Amino acid sequence: MLQIKDIHAKIEEKSILNGINLEIKPGEVHAIMGPNGSGKSTLASVITGKEEYEITKGDILFEKESLEDVSPEERAHKGIFMSFQYPIEIPGVTITNFLKTAINETKKARGEKEMSAKDMLKMLREKSNMLEIDGKFLSRSINDGFSGGEKKRNEIFQMAMLEPKLAILDETDSGLDIDALKIVANGVNKLRSKKNAIMVITHYQRLLDYIVPDYVHVLFDGKIVKSGTKDLALELEEKGYDWIKEELKK
Amino acid sequence: MSYLKEKLLSSFIAFEEQKNVDSYVHGIRTKAIKKFEQEGFPTKKLENWKYTSLKKAINYDYKLFPNQSEVLEFRDIKKYLIDDIESYKIIFVDGKYCSHLSETTHDGMDICILSSALTQSKYDLIIENYFDKISKKDGITSLNTAFSSEGSYIHIPKNIQVDKPIQIIHFSTGKNESVMFQPRNLIVVDENSHLEIIERFQSINENSVFVNSVSEIYCNKKSIVKHYKIQNDNKNASLVDNTFVSQERNSSYSLHTFSFGGELTRNNLNIFQNGERIESFIRGITIIGENQHVDHNTLIHHKKPNCESYQDYKGIYYDNSVGVFNGRVLVEKEAQKTNAFQANNNVLLSDKSVINTKPQLEIFADDVKCSHGCTVGQLDKSALFYLRSRGIPKKEAMALLMYGFANKVLASVNIPEVKARVNKIIAKKLGVKMGFDI
Repeated sequence: MLQIKDIHAKIEEKSILNGINLEIKPGEVHAIMGPNGSGKSTLASVITGKEEYEITKGDILFEKESLEDVSPEERAHKGIFMSFQYPIEIPGVTITNFLKTAINETKKARGEKEMSAKDMLKMLREKSNMLEIDGKFLSRSINDGFSGGEKKRNEIFQMAMLEPKLAILDETDSGLDIDALKIVANGVNKLRSKKNAIMVITHYQRLLDYIVPDYVHVLFDGKIVKSGTKDLALELEEKGYDWIKEELKK
Repeated sequence: MSYLKEKLLSSFIAFEEQKNVDSYVHGIRTKAIKKFEQEGFPTKKLENWKYTSLKKAINYDYKLFPNQSEVLEFRDIKKYLIDDIESYKIIFVDGKYCSHLSETTHDGMDICILSSALTQSKYDLIIENYFDKISKKDGITSLNTAFSSEGSYIHIPKNIQVDKPIQIIHFSTGKNESVMFQPRNLIVVDENSHLEIIERFQSINENSVFVNSVSEIYCNKKSIVKHYKIQNDNKNASLVDNTFVSQERNSSYSLHTFSFGGELTRNNLNIFQNGERIESFIRGITIIGENQHVDHNTLIHHKKPNCESYQDYKGIYYDNSVGVFNGRVLVEKEAQKTNAFQANNNVLLSDKSVINTKPQLEIFADDVKCSHGCTVGQLDKSALFYLRSRGIPKKEAMALLMYGFANKVLASVNIPEVKARVNKIIAKKLGVKMGFDI
């Protein structure tokens, strides 16, 4: 589904990704771990098409097609979704209005029929129930005055509504208490299928207890320096990142 | 002297000859033309007109009294009306009242036209008590006063909740010529009565039109007036809209000004609070591009204690457009416990667009709560990426952010059909086909 080939990226002359190779197949869950500043969020931003980052080398293929010069909205239409580490507050635009626009624009771009108001309402209700979100929440402005936990839950709610093929969760666990974490993880797991893939970016093993990864990769200095199974995450939890740095020195 | 000024002055005698020279208004008109002769059109030398020039607008050879007006039918004007609600309608075409398109009443209240009120003796008392009492005596207002003969006349006696809004629309057709109009509205709402007004100026073709309008609105004690101005005229239109509001104790006046169209729009809004416990709310959304120019010049004059005023003006400017906000709040010594709020927030979408914003607070009382703030910014890039990453194309995402920005003002509109119409105009202005139910 996703093939990252030797990707190098920089922002304002500072190179952050230094040759990443990664392949994610349908049905897989990949966890990306690594110390602060290792390039995890940049990797997510580059896949979703944030324009501030310049790709200097390499290519990203989604379903065998290059994402070069593909706008963020077109990537979304293809089925790429990112749960933001810091969701943006947009006063004056309600969540319902926003999702309605997002879903119908996506359908329009795919040449599908717009969703009827009735179906939309049904879906909104269904997905908000799944994530234990109060109905009143839907008429609030996007993330405006939300707590950290509410913002993250709202991200996963949007993911549930948009039903992406590839979901990138950028530190979705930060700011969540254990109950909220379970609800969010449950929402993510409901999306898991043989056709979909998930990339989980996290600092902690905790989230991976609930969203169990098939592969774990360690990012360091803009490169994947170690890959393994979920046991690698446990090892990192126990030992920290220093032993990897040591290993690299050798 | 500008050609237009000369033309106006020389046509005054002919204009007055058709009128009754013994009437009360004759004296007022004669005085007013002298004032206009002295002051002329405002220039940028005046502090209040520093950022807005009428030079271009007064440079046309306007027809002042178009004699042949085109006959408009309902189908021609339907799209400019809020036609999905019941309403009274006072419709003018090329400055003349158009009875077959209007819906007026004399049943327990007067919702009709100024020309009858000025010429029939039963209206003398109201005219003598209210006409030209609060309008400013500057050049541009005096020009209107001098030629004041037509417009809407509304008198709501006490304890009446007017059952439906009144739409006042001035159309101009000026088929092969540029035209200038001086519409004049007199609106008197007595004790404990309620009124809603929707006002619009609309040219039907591409010829230049210059409207210099004056409205005097009297909100007597405990009355509630809600007023909407939809300014979405063609590119050939210039408008100077002078509104004077006099409020007595416990009255509430609210105005929304939606400015999207026209080449030049200048709003002179003056609110006088003459009693205690008065509320005044004035709000605006301005969205302009190309070479458009919109100027909001507001005054709220707090004279008595325990009153409130609230101003919220939002502006979005692109291309070479220019916006002006000059908001003056005057709190007299006697006006203790005044609560005055003023906000002017602006988004500039292009390098060449300009906003001149100037809040002026003059406070002579010592126990008041007054705040003001103005901001100038651009659309938030990270918010734009957020929306786009959810599949909303750039143009639509920008529109959504602009709606969000202006939403607070739109949300306070209490006639849903007006809100829906303004929504539609905004979508068209921003070039998107989205339905926003906010």
